[in-house]
Amino acid sequence: MTQSMTCIVCPMGCQLSVSKDEGGNITVTGNTCPRGDKYARKELTCPTRTLTCTVKVTGGVRPLVAAKSNKEVPKERLLDCMSIVRRAAVQAPVKQGDVLAADILGTGADVIATEDVSSA
Amino acid sequence: MTNNADMYDVAVVGGGPAGLAAAVSAHDAGAKRVVVLERDVRAGGILLQCIHNGFGLHHFGEELTGPEYALRFVKQAEERGIEVKTSTMVVSMDEGGKGGKDGGHIITAMSASEGLIEIAARAVVFSTGCRERTRGALMIAGTRPAGVLTAGAAQHFVNIDGYLPGRKIVILGSGDIGLIMARRLTLEGCEVKLVCEVMPRAAGLARNMTQCLENFNIPLLLSTTVIKIHGDSRVTGVTIAKVDEKLRPIAGTEEYIECDTLLLSVGLIPENEVCAASGVALDARTKGPLVNQCMETVVKGVFACGNAVHVHDLVDFVTEESLLAGKCAAEYALSLSASKGAANEKNKTVSVHVEAGEGVNAIVPQRLDIAAGGNIPQGEGKARIMFRALDIFRNVTIKASFGGAVIAQRRAAVVRPGEMQTLEVPLEALSKGMAGESSADGGGAANGGVQTGVTISIETRGDK
Repeated sequence: MTQSMTCIVCPMGCQLSVSKDEGGNITVTGNTCPRGDKYARKELTCPTRTLTCTVKVTGGVRPLVAAKSNKEVPKERLLDCMSIVRRAAVQAPVKQGDVLAADILGTGADVIATEDVSSA
Repeated sequence: MTNNADMYDVAVVGGGPAGLAAAVSAHDAGAKRVVVLERDVRAGGILLQCIHNGFGLHHFGEELTGPEYALRFVKQAEERGIEVKTSTMVVSMDEGGKGGKDGGHIITAMSASEGLIEIAARAVVFSTGCRERTRGALMIAGTRPAGVLTAGAAQHFVNIDGYLPGRKIVILGSGDIGLIMARRLTLEGCEVKLVCEVMPRAAGLARNMTQCLENFNIPLLLSTTVIKIHGDSRVTGVTIAKVDEKLRPIAGTEEYIECDTLLLSVGLIPENEVCAASGVALDARTKGPLVNQCMETVVKGVFACGNAVHVHDLVDFVTEESLLAGKCAAEYALSLSASKGAANEKNKTVSVHVEAGEGVNAIVPQRLDIAAGGNIPQGEGKARIMFRALDIFRNVTIKASFGGAVIAQRRAAVVRPGEMQTLEVPLEALSKGMAGESSADGGGAANGGVQTGVTISIETRGDK
């Protein structure tokens, strides 16, 4: 059972061919680096993604702070994570790296600020 | 004007990743007085609204989000004590003939805090980025309701201002900005109904097709365009249609799509009004300034880098190009300072034109300046030529030819229009070729019939 997929790890976007035999052994071809092999296996078993988003800021020079999950979260839970993010708010000042929402939906990933927002 | 101690060595117009990198390398190359002029309230440029990741893999070896990449350079500039004037918009350079002579240039700018100001600098770097093509440029028929905006404008509303542009979105154009916004708006709770693309192939990166469209079940309709916008005060829908090989809508394929927002992701155009008005000649193909291998324009002491010169795919390449421009600007400024403003007659150069040959679209730099007499080449000894392929080609050899000989080449498994290519050309090969010719002209017709410029071409190899 073979499927093709595009690797999303870097802008090259190598076209991968991934197959799984009856014994459950996975073979990956088409990648030009080891990260592609790792990605394909993960994508077949437990696909994950980095969540990038914005979080509301109160009392800051701007209304939002750019943020990301510091670890990848299950792809199927991205929209659920966004429900949490949309309700979150942080008080200025915010510094790059500050945790805005810890262990989001029990995934083990924190949503952290990717920029600074100073107080108004 | 006088070349005096109050002048800046290097003034950088535009404080995005290109301008910041140029300022940093100008400083590191010895320019003591460097100023960055940025019209926005903070430096960082367009990356500040690109909250997604994928930046920095080449330059930093890590995957960063736009703000993280931009802030690295903001901090580098801060650490070096480089002056950054924000809320300062440059409106002209060397207006009315002031400046622009051997003593440097005069920039006129509007500053929110200082009012109308003039900045004198020995060297200037233009890193003004680009803007988006609009509906007007596409001439889409229909009414003028609210809800039609470019993808980048929508990105600013969503990521900086905290507004959604609408709830039911149609996106025209499969460029990366459109794909990224398809995902972003879906994550923020909108319904992105479809993306349509007038060409038979998607414009953006394959990875974005997967992570932005497929992963969210957003349909991509190729060879399809929007032919009409409906709605009175607000968009109520669009009519889409398939197009033929000449990109003309095919009668009978029209389909009405209900929506309240149309996003346009249909191309970027370098922003060069200010430098062009001051005499910097532009390339009709790239819409950016004509530059040499040091990123110097046709005006002495005026350099350019980043998206203002040609639209890049990866900011990492913008950074490399800008580090070079800043260094060369600093070297120019320091030599001007040392010679106390007198025109440097010793370094007469000869320009070798660089042309796009078979399979190649728009090259930068458009000329290579070689020291006359064929002695030591200017710059680093090597010139990095950047260009795009006209189509997708596989198993190719990329060649640089001069005077009938191949002076540089490399192989590639595949080249695509969406991925900027580079080729390093040894300037020594040009100097050798020039050595036997008169230094008065630009390598003219003395050899009758032999090509006088460098031609970059992409040739498909016959072998498997």
